[in-house]
Amino acid sequence: MTRYSVFSLVRHALRGHRHWPQALPDVSPSERYDVVIVGAGGHGLAAAYYLARKHGITNVAVIDKGWLGGGNVARNTTIVRSNYFHPARRAFTEHALKLWEGLSQELNYNVMFSQRGIINLAHSSGQIDELARRGNAMSVSGVVTELLSVEQIRERVPLLDTSPDARFPIKGGMIQHRAGTARHDAVAWGYARAAAKLGVHIIQNCEVTGIARSNGKVVGVETSRGKIGAARVALAAAGGSSRLAEMVGLRLPLENHLLQACVTEPVKPVLDSVVTHGVHNFYISQTDKGELVLGGDLDGYNNSTSVGDLPPLEAMVRTCLTLFPSLGQLRLMRSWGGVVDMSMDGSPILSKTSVDGLYINAGWCYGGFKATPAAGDVLAELIATDRTPELAKPFTLDRFASGRVVAEEGHGPRPWMYH
Amino acid sequence: MLRIPCPYCGERNYTEFTYGGDANQARPANPATVSDTEWEAFLYRRGNPAGEHIEYWQHSFGCRQWLKVVRDTVTHDIVSMGGHGMEGGEKA
Repeated sequence: MTRYSVFSLVRHALRGHRHWPQALPDVSPSERYDVVIVGAGGHGLAAAYYLARKHGITNVAVIDKGWLGGGNVARNTTIVRSNYFHPARRAFTEHALKLWEGLSQELNYNVMFSQRGIINLAHSSGQIDELARRGNAMSVSGVVTELLSVEQIRERVPLLDTSPDARFPIKGGMIQHRAGTARHDAVAWGYARAAAKLGVHIIQNCEVTGIARSNGKVVGVETSRGKIGAARVALAAAGGSSRLAEMVGLRLPLENHLLQACVTEPVKPVLDSVVTHGVHNFYISQTDKGELVLGGDLDGYNNSTSVGDLPPLEAMVRTCLTLFPSLGQLRLMRSWGGVVDMSMDGSPILSKTSVDGLYINAGWCYGGFKATPAAGDVLAELIATDRTPELAKPFTLDRFASGRVVAEEGHGPRPWMYH
Repeated sequence: MLRIPCPYCGERNYTEFTYGGDANQARPANPATVSDTEWEAFLYRRGNPAGEHIEYWQHSFGCRQWLKVVRDTVTHDIVSMGGHGMEGGEKA
């Protein structure tokens, strides 16, 4: 595979961009691998990359029933942040944020990571207190945030309706400057190319139909393209996790729900930070192409398809227009949905399982994309060492039996309530 | 739009209802004597089917009854439904 650089760009530009080589080799599954990762999304591909680069395990396959990056890695609203109150969540996403900061260089692929800052809006003094508490907790562990006054918010985001007669008057906010956005499909492609360069096989259109075991230990997977032997198997399949775990008789604390998003037509730059509004769970940013990306709430009932209902989209647009009245002139271009595997405490599961050699990375709820590099890094260490890495310790599967749940929001076992 | 045929009020938009989650979780008869694992199985582990799912809905903006609904999570067809006490629901 060729290395991308400004020289290759110029060379190909002069030839009319007609001769770019295929970005990724097409491979057929081998008979045996040391590690098989199920799910060629951001997390699975990142895990394969770190297995090869940091642990020297290159006889690895990432298999997917669909195409590379066709799931949630390409369906999210591209936001990257680490502004969590819970120390375990914060430590994990902060590790990710540090990896994000050098990712384009490391992968030789421009993931267009843009640290434009994320602003959480507050609409009451109680919310300001809550943001201050969260901000202080974050600052204590070195994750810097800043409280903003209404004037500061007006200056930074002039399109926001900051008048006192707004439907939801803004009282203040908090910003994490290092947060931002990244181009999501470039993340999948970047990790895929970097992993493939180190010898990892990325096999698309290969559906897992069974997990082969012998004496309680994983020995491989059965797929639509035949049996593949593997000493270790990791599941990183988001909405497919419950079905896969069922193959070894494991019931997971997960439910599939649908999360929708939409984009407007592209316009000139009008919004240079990510803005979130927790009251109605709404978030917005502008892409480099100029489209405004809007995200909202779950559809609210179990859904195993990526087709959603209209009311959540209407609510999203309604919230958008109360905050940014001038965006009413824009037309929506498209909307889409992603099946999110919501866990019972709103936090992810990164764990060994009761089956020797079977590892699981699931339950990322809304927050999978931002964690991609860290999820890959930690999952790779878990697979390579067969020991639970420090960052994964709070997120093991046994926390539900011991009662040591990691609930940033504390809604109990009602996954559709988590954000 | 998901439409739910309330046995008391007739078919209505799902936005009139509050979702109550998986109705297939059998609460242990005597919680004081079950093991942590059994309690966990009841409280947290889910079948999460891609297909028929038995779930609770409350008709909050209607009769306020809790209903047991069998709905397909892929097609969103309501397979059957009944009142809260009805085992497995009844044909709508």
